[in-house]
Amino acid sequence: MKTVSEDKRIRVLLAKPGLDGHDQGAKVVVRAMMDAGFEVIYTGLRQTPEQVARIAQEEDVDVIALSSLAGSHLPFCRKLKPMLEANGLTDKLWVIGGNLPAQDHQQLHDLGFKGIFPTGSRLDAITSYIRENAP
Amino acid sequence: MNARAPTPVKAVVNESGIEVQPLYTAADVEASGGLAMLGEPGQYPFTRGIHPLMYRKQPWTMRQYAGFGNPRETNQRFKYLIANGQTGLNVAFDLPTQIGLDSDDPLAEGEVGRVGMSIDTLRDFEVAFDGIDLDKITVSLTINGAAAILIAMYLAMAEKRGYDLKKLRGTAQNDILKEFIGRGTWVFPVQPSIRLVGDTIEYCAEHAPKYSPVSVCGYHIRESGATPAQEMAYAFCIAKAYADEVIARGLSVDEFAGRLSYNFNIFGNIFEQVAKFRAGRSLWAKIMKEQYHAQEPGSMWLRMIAGGGGGGLTFEQPEVNIVRGAYYALISALSGAQTMALCSYDEAYTIPTEYSARISLRTMQLLIEEMGLAETVDPLGGSFYVETLTNQMRAKMEEIMVQTDAEGGIVKLVSEGIIQSRVSAQAYQMQRNIESGAFPKVGVNRYRNEQEDEHPVEFHPYNEDDARTQVQGLNRVRSERDAAQVETALARIRADAQEGRNVMPALMAAVKAYASVGEMTRELVKVFGRYREPIRF
Repeated sequence: MKTVSEDKRIRVLLAKPGLDGHDQGAKVVVRAMMDAGFEVIYTGLRQTPEQVARIAQEEDVDVIALSSLAGSHLPFCRKLKPMLEANGLTDKLWVIGGNLPAQDHQQLHDLGFKGIFPTGSRLDAITSYIRENAP
Repeated sequence: MNARAPTPVKAVVNESGIEVQPLYTAADVEASGGLAMLGEPGQYPFTRGIHPLMYRKQPWTMRQYAGFGNPRETNQRFKYLIANGQTGLNVAFDLPTQIGLDSDDPLAEGEVGRVGMSIDTLRDFEVAFDGIDLDKITVSLTINGAAAILIAMYLAMAEKRGYDLKKLRGTAQNDILKEFIGRGTWVFPVQPSIRLVGDTIEYCAEHAPKYSPVSVCGYHIRESGATPAQEMAYAFCIAKAYADEVIARGLSVDEFAGRLSYNFNIFGNIFEQVAKFRAGRSLWAKIMKEQYHAQEPGSMWLRMIAGGGGGGLTFEQPEVNIVRGAYYALISALSGAQTMALCSYDEAYTIPTEYSARISLRTMQLLIEEMGLAETVDPLGGSFYVETLTNQMRAKMEEIMVQTDAEGGIVKLVSEGIIQSRVSAQAYQMQRNIESGAFPKVGVNRYRNEQEDEHPVEFHPYNEDDARTQVQGLNRVRSERDAAQVETALARIRADAQEGRNVMPALMAAVKAYASVGEMTRELVKVFGRYREPIRF
């Protein structure tokens, strides 16, 4: 049974891009988002850019979130960006978290990832940012 | 504080859920079960250590995790570590290798050589271990999903270099059940994955009896959110699942149990960790003796690598991780580990540089050379606190194991994602406790620097050219090898997998024909299919 307010809940896709298997952090963030009242679709491991773009479109999410710990965030996001654009998802909020060296933040931002949450970010900082910036 | 007129103190409960008293006496030891499970070092139930003289006879092996880029670069890092006094190798593979993809696979793009060394064929192993004496330096392969293939490759490489497999020592991680709980480098579904672990144990028992084909990892379960007691209890449940698989094939426990080994984590409360290891040693011995009727003492030994501590290290004030690492190494030495490895202080940022890896190595060497940690066996034995806690931790682990069995057993709970969900819920609660300050973390919620240094660590550079070189090397091997021989070998893998035979002989033949990791994995996938992750919160 859905109430009106639940229908307006923020829908988030949280994806694990590439081959990285470190999902402890992603799962912790999923739980924080659920506690914050978001509807979360968690992909599990090893998502290709094609898969992320397709699921984001099919699930009609407001937020596309990636969790990357093994260092391949830049090549992945470079491939993902045109696919998200092709699927008409430019108006959605794109965020990324994980092991993201400070020197890469500007490039991630330029690729369209407005919310960047490196290791050490607080859960409430992530959920507040999404609540304030989700379309 | 005055023991006769105690002032009220706040209750302290350790991570495993045991209340910690301000003072322990002989009465506490008695109340927790006394010294019935203590025994002598080198004697059942091995609480004090698996050998009578422990480090006085031989200090722990130092085995830093290392590997990156292509096999040539990794070979240089290996030689650097050995030149600096490291006594074993612990090989890091890149993610494509770990999940059975060749370096030219489209899915491998951007990942080749990034978090470990890239391996496609036997040729790469020949380069990686060139000039390293495999009798003097034992090698541990951190490989799980593709373990059967990489073990075959290692054995084939050693054989080709003239080593007698009957005497060859070494270890593979090859613990797929924990990989479903955390770390995530699985390939095949649960049941065929366990079958492959069984194949490696069975094959090694016959052909490479000194080789340790499995290192059961509580380590990553702890990293995923388990308590120290759960870490060890779940690891024992997993080891029993592998033992049951092999016994069902007709092997006797003493034919393989002596080569089972373990990998455990160290971070958190010092005494809880030491008690965990002492308790775990006696519990595993008891399980092997009473449940599996092992006769050989070696079958009852909890042989382990202990250290790491990644989950305890912090992104904030990374240089403080050097000090944390020193305490973790101290705990490992006080706990009687056979092998030690430490996460380097920069691992929340990057894979270790030569500089940070050397600091970890020196940390362990200090304990042997300057601090007297290799002189006396089980130096905390007899402490009222440690003995009481050892008894309590053992009881806690047994309780978790009984509960796991009552819920349907570890294989079912992992297949359904129940263990994953349980530890993930705990990880979430821990993160909340750290953020609220309820669980103290120096530099994070205590003594925090609001102005962190811009570049506190040096980044290990990722060389994009490595992937190109690696693919060129693979193509060269493909053009030089006997294509018909490879085809035949791959067909045999498929047939043996299909018909339920042990696939190791077929993998050995394929490896020697220079079939690639990706080609061999594809044959197994044709028969076994791929794992589908249960998503459960």
